[in-house]
Formats: sequence, C-alpha cells, structure tokens
Amino acid sequence: MVWFILRRCGSAVIVLFVASVLIFLGVRALPGDPAVVMAGEEASPAVVEAIRHEFGLDKPLPAQYVDYVTQTLSGNLGRSTQDQIPVADILAERLPVTLELSALAMLVAIVVGVGSGIVASVRRGKFADYVATGFGLAGLSVPHFWLGLLGILLFAVTLRWLPASGYVPFTEDPAANLQRMLLPALVLGTGFAAILMRQTRSAMLGALSADYVRTARSKGLAESKVVGAHALRNSLTTVVTVLGLQLGALISGAVVTEQIFVIPGFGKLTVDAVLTRNYPVIQAVVLVTVIGYVVVNLLVDIAYAYLNPRIRLSGGGHG
Amino acid sequence: MSLLEITDLAVHFDTEDGLVQAVRNISLTLEEGEILALCGESGCGKSVTAMSVPRLLPPGTTKLTGSIKLDGRELTTLPEPELRKVRGKDVSVVFQEPMTSLNPSFTVGYQIAEVLRKHEKLSRRAAMDRAVELLELVGIPAPRRRVKEYPHQLSGGMRQRVMIAIAVACSPRVLIADEPTTALDVTIQAGVLDVFRDLRDRLGTAIILITHDLGVVADIADRAVVMYAGRAVEQAPVAELFARPRHPYTLGLMKALPSAAVNGRLAEIPGMVPSPMSDPDECAFRARCPRAQDDCAASRPLLVRQAADHVAACFHPGEQP
Repeated sequence: MVWFILRRCGSAVIVLFVASVLIFLGVRALPGDPAVVMAGEEASPAVVEAIRHEFGLDKPLPAQYVDYVTQTLSGNLGRSTQDQIPVADILAERLPVTLELSALAMLVAIVVGVGSGIVASVRRGKFADYVATGFGLAGLSVPHFWLGLLGILLFAVTLRWLPASGYVPFTEDPAANLQRMLLPALVLGTGFAAILMRQTRSAMLGALSADYVRTARSKGLAESKVVGAHALRNSLTTVVTVLGLQLGALISGAVVTEQIFVIPGFGKLTVDAVLTRNYPVIQAVVLVTVIGYVVVNLLVDIAYAYLNPRIRLSGGGHG
Repeated sequence: MSLLEITDLAVHFDTEDGLVQAVRNISLTLEEGEILALCGESGCGKSVTAMSVPRLLPPGTTKLTGSIKLDGRELTTLPEPELRKVRGKDVSVVFQEPMTSLNPSFTVGYQIAEVLRKHEKLSRRAAMDRAVELLELVGIPAPRRRVKEYPHQLSGGMRQRVMIAIAVACSPRVLIADEPTTALDVTIQAGVLDVFRDLRDRLGTAIILITHDLGVVADIADRAVVMYAGRAVEQAPVAELFARPRHPYTLGLMKALPSAAVNGRLAEIPGMVPSPMSDPDECAFRARCPRAQDDCAASRPLLVRQAADHVAACFHPGEQP
C-alpha cells in the first residue's frame, strides 16, 4: 500500500510538471509584449528594455520557466493587474469559500445520491425505485442556475426561511455561514446526487445479482449485512471513480452557483478575472484548478486501492 | 423420521413467457450421514430442488408448494428471520462457481469468520482462529497465511475448498453441494470429493450432491435420484442403480459415460428435453425413448418399486435398451 501511494504521488508530480509547462507557455503565447504593455505606448525602447530586464523577460524561455516555478513555489503568484493585490492573498481569501461550498455539495451528493441509489437497487421495480430514478432524471436535466433561482424564490422570497444570497465567513459566525451555504450546496449537489444515484443503483444491481451475494445469503446473514457489506463494498469502486471524474463539473458548477448566490468564491473570481483579462489571476486560477484535480485524483486512486485488494496488492493499478 | 423429508415439492418460476415448471412433485428423503446424489442433465430441476431447502431461489418470482421438513420442522413456511438461523448453520451450500462465489473485497478468513460470528456468536479473534483450523481441515496448506489472503490470490481448487470451509464451519446437518467439482481440473476433483467424504465420516453431515457426472456419483454417493424434466424417474442405492438400471434415461446416461464409449465414440441420448412450460399427461421421456410404445403417450408413469429400495417411473422397465 505504501509503495502504491508513493508511485501515485510520483505520477502526480509528473502531471503537475507538464501542467505548469503548459500554463507557462500558454501565457507566453498570448499576443502582445507584456513589457510594452507595462511601460505604456509612449515609452522609449530603453525603458521597455529595462522593464524587460527587471522582470527577466530577456532571458531564454527555460530560464524564465525556472524563475516562474521558483517564484510559484515560494508563494509569489504575481499581482492582480486590477488592484495590485498579491494573487496569493486573493486566493487565500477566495479558495476556502469554494472549498467549503464544494465539500458541502459533495456531502449532499454522497448522502442523497448513494443513499437513494442503494434504496432504488434494493427496491427495484417498486415505488421507491421509481421515485429515485425520477429524481435522478430530474436532477440531471435541471440546470443549476434555474434550480438556484427557483430555490431563492421558494425558500428566500416566499417562505423566508433562508437568506437569498450573501456570504459570512465560517470563522465569524458558523450558524449564519451554514445558513447561507445550505441552499447553494443543495443546488450544486443535486446534479451530482443524481449522477451518483444512477451509478450506485446500476453498480448495486450488478452486485446484488452476483454469486457472492447469493453466498452471503446462504450463510444466513441479515439482509442489511448482505446489502450494506457484501454488495455495497463492491459497488463503491464505481462510485468513487465517478466521484473523481465529476469534480471538474463541480468546479464549473461552482462558478455558476457562486454567481447566482453572490458568493465571493473561486468561481466568481475566475469569471471576474476572465472578464477583466487579469492574466496573473487567470494563471493562478488555472494552476490551482490543476492542483485540485491532481490531488483529488490521487485521493480517488488511493481510495480505489483501499477498496479493491486486486489493485492494492499488485502495487500497480490503472489510470 | 428421516433427517430431511421432501414431500410433493413443486417449484414454478413466474417468467415473462409464462409459468416455468422447474420441479414437479418430487419426494425424497435424506438420512443422517448419507450422501445423496441428484443427477440428470442441465435444466432437469436438480439444483432448484436442492436450493428450495434453504429457500435460496429468487423470492419474487418463485412459487413453491409441497413440504420440506428438517428434523420434523417445516421449512417452506418458516419466517425469513427464523430461516436465516437455519441457513449456514443447519443447511449450508457449496456453489458451483468457485471463481465468483467468494466476495473479491474481503479476505477468505473474514468470509469464513463471518458465518461463525453470526451463528456461533464467536468473537472476531476466536472466529479467525477457527477459520485457520477450517482451512486446514479442507486441506489448504499454510492456512495461517492463506486466511489473510483475498480470493483472487487463490486458485480455483483452493477457492472451492474455502467455499467448503464456509459451508462446514458450523457443522451443518445438511450440506448441499451444487456441481462442486464441475469447474475444477480432474486432478483437483478427487481431492474435493475426499473432503466431502471426510466430513461425512467425521461430523456425520448428510450431503446432497448435485451432479450430472455419473462418475462422481459412483465414486462418492450412497444413493442416487435420477431426475428428468422436473421429476424423479429413478431412485436407488448407487450399487444397485449401476448394477441394474431400470429406466431407459438412466441407462442412456450411463452409456454416455466416457468409460462406456464404444469404438471411442460416446453414446448420446437423441432428441430434446420437453418444454418446461407444458406438462401433458404422458411420459416426458417418450419422444427420446427407444422403448416407447402407445401406452407411454396415454398416461404418465408413476414411480414403481423395482426391487428393495429401488423405484423407477417407466411402463417398460428393464436393464436392456
């Protein structure tokens, strides 16, 4: 298991390296000379040259890349072109908001999705199954923004149970924070719950008709043990894989959800940065997203190995 | 009173195409320490008959009538929670597919211990110690190491032995072995049969052995029931059955044994098994039978005594084709 994790970490580092090169080259490939932009239209060639030298832009590309990586690793992500605030500070403020929203949405998705998937598979063809698959279809079809607006209309405007929008940091007022995060998390989590429900249901249906489930029944085990231990354990690998794959959609979902509920998170930061062509912020946002992806995939792989002894014991694996 | 008494058992499956009659009014008994073979070709109802005892057939679509008594206790009407105390404890099963019958996500030790913790209320540790003993009992070398391994690390023969270890963990009264050797190499088959024999001798376990292999029947069984199209067509002690088969179907099965091949060619039984959907009042084997006459189409032959403890359902019984 330790060897397996080390190997996975190794490949994660390689992915990060390739991603950083791509980000670096992507920014350099953008049209326009940054030194000219910074110096202004009227500046003399000597001034442009001085700026170019100051920012290391006269060095060959590999040397520039080394500078970029060293600075990034030391936490220097540059300054926002809008307000000259260090990008690292902006991220430190915005990232936790989105992480909280995503975590809550995932929690909703796992509890509702996996739970209803299990119920649907056990009660196949019965009323509960139709309710769950109906929810699955609706959850997949309804767009986030529409569901969000409906939620605001119902819970904030009509019933007045929850505030319509806004954000309070968790450290300031946990209750108010959760109260404001509840609706966005439900909205963002619904789609994932639907996907997880469908995956759990089909994986469980396969597992429930497997020979080893019949063996479990022949031992005289209670149905809860047969379903909850024997069938579910073998279905979880599929569920975990889907969970990892869906993370990209979670980030784009967070962008939309944060817009609707006016939450100052990572998603909103991304949209604002793109709209104002704030390159240092965009660069950092992409890098953080990539890191997020790599870390989650690493966790998924480890969870996968934990759940599946065939992967754990061969020390290898897939993907 | 016999250990297990099955009386007039009929099993129907409700399928989209209609009612499939898998077992039609079977009656049989099993004594303590007896090895009873249920034989016949695929689809004759032998597995369904045996799986009816612990009621391991798909619950929604199965209709079961008749009576199954274990030690005088009726199992067909036993509530599910009560039945769970019987499954794995009094009646246990070794399934046909050793490759898929064990859960790939749990160690073999856990899977053996599970049944002990459920029925014998053993602690986790005591159950694991017992699992090691059981692996040793079924002839798995280095059981202390094997108990911590997963099914994919074991060969087919070893997995089947693990299945047997699970099945015998709580010293069952009745062990149902569904084609336990079919998926295994010939060299391993004999070893698995030895394990069964050993269990019977040591624990007095009665075994229902489901097989289409008459070689296995001759090797290990005390008594055999030959089934055809959901009914028992012949029943006799094994020595008697092989010496004096009375039903033409039994005779056909024996001729199909590789050891009985003439000029290197196996004899086959011509024709097809009749549909399990309809059940006309005639001998089901009539269309394939070399002895068939007009009376075979007129009514269904019942089991008739041929010799002491030997019955056959045929209007024209005999040892010659």
